Formats: sequence, structure tokens, C-alpha cells
Amino acid sequence: MTSFRIEGGTLIDRSDVRRFTFNGEALSGIGGDTVASALLANGKQLVGRSFKYHRPRGILTAGAAEPNALLTIGRDGRRDPNTRATMAELYDGLEARSQNCWPNVSFDIGAANGLLGPLLGAGFYYKTFMWPAAFWEKVYEPLIRKAAGLGRASYDPDPGYYEKCWAHCDLLVIGAGPTGLAAALTAGRAGARVIIADEGAQPGGGFLAEGSPVGGKPADTVLADIIGELHALPNVEIRKRTTVFAAYDDQVFGAVERVQKHLPENEINPHRAMERLWRIVARQVVLATGAEERPIVFGGNDRPGVMMAGAMRTYLNAYGVAPGKRVALFANNSQAYQTAVDLEARGIEVAAIIDPRTCPNINYAGKARLIAGAMVRDTAGRRAIKSITVRHDDGSDEVIAVDALGVSGGYSPIVHLACHRGGKPVWSDAHIGFMPPEKTDGMTPCGAVAGKAGIAACFAAGGVAAVKALAELGVMGEAASLPGVEQTAETVDHIQPVWRVASSKGKAFVDFQNDVAASDITLAMREGYDHVELAKRYTTNGMATDQGKTSNVNAIGILAENKRVSPGEIGTTTFRPFYTPVCFGALVGASKGMDFQPVRKSPLHGWAERHGAKFVETGLWYRSSWFPKDGETFWRDSVDREVNTVRTKVGICDVSTLGKIEVFGTDAAEFLNRVYCNAFLKLPVGKARYGIMLREDGFVYDDGTTSCLGENHYFMTTTTALAAGVLTHLEFCAQVLWPELDVRLASATDQWAQMAVAGPRSREVLSKIIDDDISNEAFPFLAAREVSMFGGRLKGRLFRISFSGELAYEIAVPAGYGESVADAVMIAGEEFGIAPYGTEALGVMRIEKGHVTHAEINGTVTPADLGMGRMVSAKKDDFIGRVMNLREGLVDPSRPSLVGIKPKSPSDKFATGSHILNPGDDVSLANDQGYVTSMCHSPTLGHPVGLALVKNGPKRHGEEVVIWNGLAGTTVTGILCDPAFVDPENEKLHA
Amino acid sequence: MRYSALSLLGNAFSKNKNWKPAWRNPDPKPHYDVIIIGGGGHGLATAYYLSKVFGVRNVAVLEKGYLGSGNIGRNTTIIRSNYLLEGNNPFYEFSMKLWEGLEQDFNFNAMVSQRGVINLFHSDAQRDAYTRRGNAMRLHGVDAELLDRDQLREKLPFLDYENARFPIMGGLMQARGGTVRHDAVAWGFARGADQNGVDIIQNCEVTGIDRDGNQITGVQTTRGAITCNKLAMAVAGSSSHVAKMVDMRLPIESHALQAFVSEGLKPFIDTVVTFGAGHFYVSQSDKGGLVFGGDIEGYNSYAQRGNLACVEHVAEAGMAMIPALSRVRILRSWGGIMDMSMDGSPIMDRTHLGNLYFNGGWCYGGFKATPASGYCFAHLLATDTPHETATAFRMDRFARGYLLDEKGVGAQANLH
Amino acid sequence: MSSLVKCPHCGLRPREEFTIRGEVAAPRPSAGADEATWFDHVYLRDNPRGEHREYWHHAGGCRRWLVLSRNTLTHETSDVVDASTLKTEGAR
Repeated sequence: MTSFRIEGGTLIDRSDVRRFTFNGEALSGIGGDTVASALLANGKQLVGRSFKYHRPRGILTAGAAEPNALLTIGRDGRRDPNTRATMAELYDGLEARSQNCWPNVSFDIGAANGLLGPLLGAGFYYKTFMWPAAFWEKVYEPLIRKAAGLGRASYDPDPGYYEKCWAHCDLLVIGAGPTGLAAALTAGRAGARVIIADEGAQPGGGFLAEGSPVGGKPADTVLADIIGELHALPNVEIRKRTTVFAAYDDQVFGAVERVQKHLPENEINPHRAMERLWRIVARQVVLATGAEERPIVFGGNDRPGVMMAGAMRTYLNAYGVAPGKRVALFANNSQAYQTAVDLEARGIEVAAIIDPRTCPNINYAGKARLIAGAMVRDTAGRRAIKSITVRHDDGSDEVIAVDALGVSGGYSPIVHLACHRGGKPVWSDAHIGFMPPEKTDGMTPCGAVAGKAGIAACFAAGGVAAVKALAELGVMGEAASLPGVEQTAETVDHIQPVWRVASSKGKAFVDFQNDVAASDITLAMREGYDHVELAKRYTTNGMATDQGKTSNVNAIGILAENKRVSPGEIGTTTFRPFYTPVCFGALVGASKGMDFQPVRKSPLHGWAERHGAKFVETGLWYRSSWFPKDGETFWRDSVDREVNTVRTKVGICDVSTLGKIEVFGTDAAEFLNRVYCNAFLKLPVGKARYGIMLREDGFVYDDGTTSCLGENHYFMTTTTALAAGVLTHLEFCAQVLWPELDVRLASATDQWAQMAVAGPRSREVLSKIIDDDISNEAFPFLAAREVSMFGGRLKGRLFRISFSGELAYEIAVPAGYGESVADAVMIAGEEFGIAPYGTEALGVMRIEKGHVTHAEINGTVTPADLGMGRMVSAKKDDFIGRVMNLREGLVDPSRPSLVGIKPKSPSDKFATGSHILNPGDDVSLANDQGYVTSMCHSPTLGHPVGLALVKNGPKRHGEEVVIWNGLAGTTVTGILCDPAFVDPENEKLHA
Repeated sequence: MRYSALSLLGNAFSKNKNWKPAWRNPDPKPHYDVIIIGGGGHGLATAYYLSKVFGVRNVAVLEKGYLGSGNIGRNTTIIRSNYLLEGNNPFYEFSMKLWEGLEQDFNFNAMVSQRGVINLFHSDAQRDAYTRRGNAMRLHGVDAELLDRDQLREKLPFLDYENARFPIMGGLMQARGGTVRHDAVAWGFARGADQNGVDIIQNCEVTGIDRDGNQITGVQTTRGAITCNKLAMAVAGSSSHVAKMVDMRLPIESHALQAFVSEGLKPFIDTVVTFGAGHFYVSQSDKGGLVFGGDIEGYNSYAQRGNLACVEHVAEAGMAMIPALSRVRILRSWGGIMDMSMDGSPIMDRTHLGNLYFNGGWCYGGFKATPASGYCFAHLLATDTPHETATAFRMDRFARGYLLDEKGVGAQANLH
Repeated sequence: MSSLVKCPHCGLRPREEFTIRGEVAAPRPSAGADEATWFDHVYLRDNPRGEHREYWHHAGGCRRWLVLSRNTLTHETSDVVDASTLKTEGAR
């Protein structure tokens, strides 16, 4: 056994020896240890260095509030920086390293900063590093950044699996100490659905650190009985290693469960979560989070070996670790005396108890010398405490040799979760602490968080709180009680606030991790940063990884003392999530890597894959963008071939991702007439029409075709990007604006596989598989109706519409038949030289034809800007966007409008996103004429073509302009022209 | 007291006991030439430039809480001028130029750090949009570079290039963009304005606005009535609430935006990076914390806090961009309330009440705009004409249809 | 109620299932209304600090538009109705 390990320990199993390394040194601990308890057992008091002055620091606490003992644990992808040694469970083979020190934790060059202490006071950086001006970014800041930060993040991928769940319960009990266990037991026995969560490795809280019997039985036996009963209740769920980190609206609580963080690598089940995020919906909550013991601000209070008195008890009783061999206590309250009792019970010498109260009314019968009315003024020791200097009430000093000092400055209720929804904590002079807000709807704070002390009082309070919470749910309950424990009248511990020891000579720290001393708080005040929030921001007090758990109230106390007001008048800074830090992995769960967002695949995806498609992400979809053939090495080889094939023969393209909406109802036509800016009332059965949808602000929202498939039945297509948006918009119109219309909407995007068959031979191809007559006479341009296929074996929908500008059809079949039909089209088209084409070729052909997409419909254009002003009905008295479309700024003749653009020299290239300038004009934003919205190489014309939005564009066909791409450093002379580069007379469409 | 190496050294020798308050804590006078409602970044900057550049010194800034208690201390500290539209771009570039000389100007180190801002793109369409934007910036002389994937890899080796759902194709970089220590901006402007005679009055909430017909005569506050010749609103987040005191309705909704900071880490992210396939932007502070944020909550809110769904959303986008974040712990989240205007751009104008001036609607752009907003608002207050870079921010642009819609999503505030 | 919404059709559902449009503005004007009335409808908002009526869409559920009466300061919701009732009952 190691030198500081003594007998006892409720949490450890001595038969389970675990090896670990600390800064490369091989050490051993015991199963049940935290890294902190194992380090202390090995006599390691110095474990880290502070942020600014690199002062040696030891382990201060035994829990979540630890500001000093932050270690990097693990390696590679399992490397956890900034891990609190007090919370990390020891596993066999664990590797821990100190942070923020170089070359090592015992000898750290950065400690030289301490010599500059007076220069580096609060806010010093705001007053300096300004001369010469350029030096901040070139010299000072790089130096500061080099020194910044705590641990180093891993750059390797995390092999761990994470998950997220919802949980629902009648009662959520936060904290499984005596209070919480009593509440859970009470509610559990009453049959309520209970979740009790605790951040510790084992439930128990105060029971685990208790050295004295409870009701005549050892505390751990009492605890085991309670846990045993809770486990036996099917309606109670005990979640250990689970931190409830935030309270959100509607009683939703965020909690993170460290499922496998305590296991060595070889025991981790890769199919189980490392950590699990719980979103807990609780009808009622019992807040049993306890209270945080406060340090006292005195000279050298940060020296390794100085520890919270309560933490000493925990190490002693739960882990069987002695905090030192000769210990002193500095406490302003009577509760802390229990530490002396427990130390002495284990045979550890308590050199002195220093109590600032002149006549502490205590019930202590131990051997330690009690020095009343005194303060610990300073400490000494290089890397760990060697002695303390006590200032007696007569002003004399006395040096006492010790190797550990327990400190207790009172107790701060852990009110965080009661305040996350905006509640403000309330100062209590009786408790010398900030209590939970008076109004905490649906949440009952009780036990130590409500000012109670001791196992008996807390257990009783937990039971009462649960009864009250159950009553809110209409459930009767009876408060659980501890066998053999008599309820005694409550005694209030008289705590004498000590916000700082005025006689201290050495640096007296408030915020240990951020090296904020009492003098810094005073300086901030002197300079006008006297509001608690300004003091925090100016000094960085409370902004470290512990979020001020041990420092905030002391800082408030110092401000109050300086201003001669009550701490209640100073108030706290805002309590915000997270109670303790939560890793990204837990919040992300499984939504990472390729699973960041779901994938949508067209019903023709497999067909496209079989034809070698290259896919591209389009929103959530993977769309086939081109289909390379053997010998084609460059994407444009394939795209040019596909375009030529469609323009001269026939091609097939998957257009299933277009949004599809079925519109039914006796008022469907009227509805469409109101949502499109062009007329739809008289669209005959069997016809499709191109429509433009405006937003109510008069700008173009989306476009697409809508077909009348029967009386009171229409089929709308939208762009891929706005499929969901348009449906939502239509539902708003139908449900909110015009609920009186008889119209029903249903998304059918996923129900239909839809393919464009385009090219001069498309009719011949389709005739082979479609039973109906689809001659130009029987099925002219914009015809749309159900057709019979394959000799009546399948019904599909055929639309004679064209995005490519060729003779073209779109055929829709139920999604499950998609691939078979596409195969059939390919077979039917073989003799005509059919080829699949992708979105790239489609994009080329629509630019050649001057058709617009969302590259042009960018949310700031009107129909007139797109050359479709005449489509906006002047006859309809109402449609979405009618009035706002007429505003001055939307009809301004100088608005950029759609034109074609091509290079003057056919060999010149230009890029989408280039801006248009008039020849000879200066390069300036004021001279900006517009920009290129789309461009491509036109295999049909043999040179680049593009579309652009240019001021007065349509009136400037034939004009020379400068196509300016400053990013690429290129300028090209371009010519504005008609956007329809191919077949401007639409002869092909009607062929 | 002027800050200098000498003053710092001198005070170190006297144990820092002789530092003077950075600003006075005056009681309100009965009358001011100009009252500015709102002691946040924009209000303080307005007071600073009014007193310094335009010689208007009989000025009060009324702050209901502590100075800088609004969005100036709640943002993700990013500055940039990578805007697209002619109405926005020159204004934000003017702001960038002011940032570049700010610290020398107000003798306060706000840690302006031009470490670069990179916006990632993941598709041809996004690349085209950034090409358009980068060229618009260049047209105005703003620095912009389009980086390809290899160039990005050199600067940002830790991004997910291989295994990503939305592979990164490249990025638009503004090298002059960066970060600033946000609180220090408020303090620097406050100290500078105070030295010029401006009264900064904290804990002074405006509870009513007095008017005589269409003229504002003064304000009612929790510290008494104060009269003024001109009244200026700089209360973004609460604009509608204050405007209601004069029965004005605005094209603005108030929305909550959460921001986050991680535990301190050794430096690994040098620039500001914005994800293009989700809502996430991040930088690393000089203290080592990753400072990041995402999208607004979506519902109207004045509560300065958000909900878990949004937290998860931000974390997911963050890890999609930087897989190494998995074990990085998020330390704290907080919330600010933003004026989301109906076209996503700010409003800075004289109102129909002749001597009431409005500054708000900043959406996500408030912090980076702080110096220019102050300068231009001071210009408007002092001269009754808009500054040349702020002529597009007129109140009537919505009615007239001259919108400044960078995202092109129209009249729905929570989409901007 | 910004974490959970009590949909009148589906019961208590998480916020993630909803998309939010914003304030219930002045009602959509009649066809003949003047531009100022339209401007008010499209652009102007009360945006109160306190009780607020707003459109939420149960996009991941029944796909009905709802009107929430929700406090923007406390996030507490006092009422949720199907939005079609606004017009049919002539509310506002």
C-alpha cells in the first residue's frame, strides 16, 4: 500500500489493484479510486499549474467543482484534455498528464510570470501591448496565444460511439445524496415513475463521506439498504455517472451519462455508447444538488496541500486516503469540525483548528488545539504546504508546521439548475449563501441546496419535498424516514463570513484556475468595474472551466465588503448551462461523419449507379450528375457527349427529386390561381402549365409546372431545393389564409419515380413502351395525362414538358417500378442511341435554352427581372404577392434583368459570379452592372455561354461589356444577348 | 488617465493602488442636447464619435443595466466586411477600417486580431455565390480570396475533408477579418466618451418618452425625467419594446441567439471558420477557448437564453466540420436577443418624429458594425443626413421596395 | 413552451418537429386594400415583450399550422390552437 492509504473507504475495493501513470511515472491505485484519490494516496500533492502565473497547484476538492487538478487523460482519439482528476474514475492502464507546464509540473519556466505579478494585475492587457500599433498582432498576441490554453485537443478521430435519448418521468430527482435518495424512495414507494440521477460513480453523496454511524448502523450499510430497495422498485431508474447539466423550457432537462468513460480501452464495448445524452422530460423535479463548500481567501491559499475540509472527509471515509500526516483546519463554521473528528478517528494528527469566531458554539471533544478568533494569514512551502502562519486576535502571529490544511468558508447551495430558466438566487444572511430563487415552478429545491445540513435533516427534507411534488401530480405519498434516526430540532450553524483575510501578505486567490486574487477584484472596483458582471469580465473571475463554483461567492463577498453593502445587493452573475462541461460527442450522438445528415436517394439511384453515375450532394439528395463512359477522363467529356446525345438523338434523366404535390378539392383551381401569379383557373384537364409562385413580398419564390389530371385533381412540381418549402407555404395558404377553400395537399415526391426522356427521338422511344397514342396531334406540347404502359400492365403519368429545350417528355411511375421502367426505356432507346444524362448536362441545356433555376431565382428577383413580367396576371384581383410586387423598387426600370452573355472571342472563358462592368469604367461597386448567374461550355455552340442579371439587360442585347473576375484576376470582353441561345423560336418543343 | 507603458509600470510600483476609474458614475443632469438610449456597443460608440468627431459633448447615454450588458458582451467576437450588396458592403468596410485604427484612437487594447475569416463552400452553387460575393467585395477594394481545397488544407488541416457528408470544396477568405475582445470595445468607447464629457448613466431604465405633438421633449427614467433636444435609440434586441413608447411598430422581431465557449485548449484554430453545410462558426480566443455559435432559436424571445435542440444542432454542425471536437467539452452557453429585421439588414434613420432617431435591426451583424454604426449614427444625429456608407439603411426601404436582402429569403425575420 | 409544444392534434411533441414562421401579423388584407395596409401586413410587427401569438407548423407531425400564445419573456405557452380557427372564428 502507498504511504497515504489508510484503512476504510466505502467506495474502494482493495482486492482490485489498478496501475496507472502520472506524467510517465508508474503508480498504482485501487478499484473505486478517482484519479485524485489515487494521486493523493501516492503522496502526489502537486498535480498542475495555474493559468497565468503557473503557480504549483494541488487537489482542492473531491468533486465537480475542482479548479486545479485538471489533467489530460488517455491518448490518441481517446484523449480527454482538462479532465477533473476528482471526477475521473481510475481504470487499469490509465495515463494522466499535467497541463500548462513546461518542461514539467515540478519545474515550470512559466512560473517566472509570477515575478511580474504587479504588472499583470486585473485587466493589464487592456492597458498595454498597443505600442507600436502593429505589434499586437505580430508580436504580443502570438506570444500570448502560445502560452494560452490548458490541455491539447486530440486531432485524431474519436473511435467512441455516442447516442441521444429522450426519457419521461413523473419525478426527476437530481442528486442521489441523502436528500435525493429520500425523495426517490418516497416517490418510488408511491408508484410514481422516478428517475434519480447523480454525477458520481456511485449514488450516495453525503452517505459516502460519512464517518459516523447513522441511526446506529454504519452509513454505508444504511446506504446499501436504500439502494437495494430502489433497485427493487420497477418504477425507479437510478442513473449514476449522470450529470444533469441544464434546465430548459417546459421541464426539459439535459443530462449526460458517462456510460463507458471509466473503462480501460480493452473493456470498452464498441457497440455501447461512451456517453449518452438524455433529454429528460419531468413532470416534477426535486433538486437535491447539495452545497459547495467555499474556500477562504488568504495568502498562499492555493498551495498544494490546502484542501476543502469536506473533501478531506471524502478522501478519508470514501477512499481511505489521508490528506496529510499533520493537518490543520481553518473553518468559520461548525460543520467543518466533523473533519477533525474523522481525522482523529483515523489517528491523524490535527495540529490546530483555527476558527475566526471568537466563541464558536461547537460540540467538539477532540484533541486538537482550538484557536478561536484567529485567521490563517499565510502559508509557506515551495511545491507543497509546509507551514501556516496564524494571526491571533491579539495581532500576534504564530507559525504552525503542517503538511495539509483543511479549509471551510461556508457553503454555497448548488442552485444552478434552479436558475437556468432566468430565476435569480436570493441571499440569506442566516446561511451566508445564495439560496434558490423563491419561484421555481415544477421544481422543489431541498436538503443542502435549501440550507439544510447533516444526513438526518437532509433525508427528512427530501421525503417532505417528494410528498409535495407528488401532490402536484395528484399522488399521495408518505415521506420516507431513516430507521433509528430521531428528528432533532434544527440548529442553525452560526457562520461568520470571512471574505478575505485582511492581514495576508502573500497572494490571496479567489479564482484559483484563472489566478484572480483578492487584489484584482479590488482593482477592478477601483477602476469602475464594480458591477458584479463587469468585475467578472474585467478580472476573468469565475470564467475558468469550473465556472466559479468555488470562487464566485467569495468575489461577491469581497465586492460587498469593499462597497459596504450586503452580498445580496451585489447579486450573482448569471447561472448558465452547462453545470459542468459537456463534450461535443455527447451532444452530437450518432449525427456525425457521413451520418451528419440523412441521405435521400432517388428511386432511380440504383439504376443510375448501374450506369456508372457520378453523384453530387444536392441538399439531402444524391443526384446523378454525369455518366462517364470508358475513355472519358474529364467530366466535361461526358457532359458534352450527353448534351450532344440529347440534342441529336435521345437521352434519359432522373428528375425524381423535383418536389411533387398532389392538389385535390373542388376549390383546387381557385387555390392554384391564388398561389401562382399567372392564371390557373382555366387550365383544362390533360394540360400542364408553367407557373411562377411569388412570396407575399412580391419576389419570385419558386417555379414549376402544374398539370390538371382530372376534375379537382392537380399535380404540382416544384424545384428540388424548395420541395418542402413550397408545401409548407401552400399549407399555410390553405389552412391559415383561406381555410374556407376546399383544397387538400399531399406530398408525393417520394411516391413517384420521374424521368425526363428528351431529344428528337424521344417520341419514338416512348412509343415502344406506352400504349396510348403520343403523336404530336394526340399528345401535343404541354399535354399531361395518365397513360397505360407495357400493354396495360402499368399506369404512369406522362407530361410533355421540356427543360432541355428539346422535344421531351417526363414520365412518372410509382417509385417501386422506377428502375424497371428506366431499364425498359434504355432498351427501347438502344436502337436510337439513347444515353443517360445527369444534372450537369441538364444544366448546360437549360442555360443554352435560357431557362432559369435558383441560380437566377435567388430570392431577390421579380418575374419581370427574369423576362417573365407578362406572366404576372393583371386580371386576377388577388394572388400571393400581387400588391407588393408593384412597389416602386420592384418596378424600377434599372433593376438587373436577365440576359444571355457570351465571350466576344469564343475561346475566352469566364466564371459564374463574375461581375459585369461597362467598358472603360473604373472598377468600383458604384459601376457594377450586374453579375453572371450561370455559365457553361455549350457543346452545341462550341463556346461558353452564360446567363446574367444586368441593369437594363434586355435593352442591351449586342452590347459589349467587361466580365470582371477580380478573385481570379481575369477580365474578358463579353457580349450581352438573348438568353435563348438554342431554338429561340421553340420549334423543337413543338416538333 | 492615459494608458501607457509608463503608467503601467508606475502603477505596478505603487501596487496598483493609484489607478483611476475608467469612467465617472454621474447622476443625470436635467437636460442634454442628445440622449442616447442604450449603453451597449452601438450607443457608447455613438456617444464617442459624437463627442470626438462632431463636437457634440452635452450627451447622456442611458443604460438600464451595467454598461455593455447587452449584445456587445454576448456575441462571438467576429469582425468581417465580406458583404455582398452595394448597400451593405461599403458600410461594413468602413467599420473594418475603423476597427483597424480603433485601439490607438481610444487608447484601449481591445485585442483587434485580424486573423482571417474563412467561409467554407461545399457545392458548385455555393462556390458561385461566394465568387459573386468575393468579386463584389473586390469591386469595393475589400480583400477577398477564393481558396481551393489544397490551400484550405494548409490553413485548416483539422477539417473533415475525407469522410464528410458534405465534402468541403474550398472557401472564401477575408484575411482582414478576425476577432476582437468584445467587452473591451464597450469599455474603450465608454472610457473615451466619458473623457470627452459624455455622461454614461448606468442603472437608468427609460420608462417613457415625452413628446409634444411630433416633437420628442425628453424621457422618463427610473432616475427621473430628463429632457433633450434629440433622442437616439440604440437598443437593438429591445427596439420594438422601446419604439412602442411612441406607438411605433417596426419591421423587426426579437430573437434569441445562443453562443458557446469551450474549455481552454492549446491553440489549433487560427482563423475564424464558418461551415457551409450547417450553422456553425468558430474561432479560438487568446485564452484558448473555442468561441462558437450557430443559428437563432427560431421563435420570438426576449429571454436571453435558448433551448437544447439548438445546442445539439450547433454541436452537430461543429463536429461535421471538425471531427476532433468530439472530446472537447463545451463550457458555457449564453444567449443574446437580436433585432431580426425583415430583410436581414439594419435600419439607421430619422423617424417620422423629427427629433427621434433610430438605430437597430442589426440581425447577426451588430458586433462587427459597432464602430461604423456609432460613427454613422453620430453623423446622422449631428448633421441630419445619413453618412455616405449608410444611405441604404433607411426606414422607408421596406415600403418602397428597396430591400437589402443578402440571403434572399424575404419578409420572414427568423430566416435571415 | 419552446422545448415542447402541445399540438392540439398530436399531443406534447418536441420543438424539433416544428418550423416557426413568426408573429401573427395583421390579417391578410382584402384584394382591394391599399399598399399601406399590405405593407403593415407583410412587414410590421408588434414584437411584444410578453404575450405573443405566433405561427408554428407541425412539419414533422400532422402538418397543421398552429397558433401559439406564448410569452416571449418566460417562454410559457398559454394556448395552442389550429390556425384555421383564426379566420373561421373571426379572431383578431
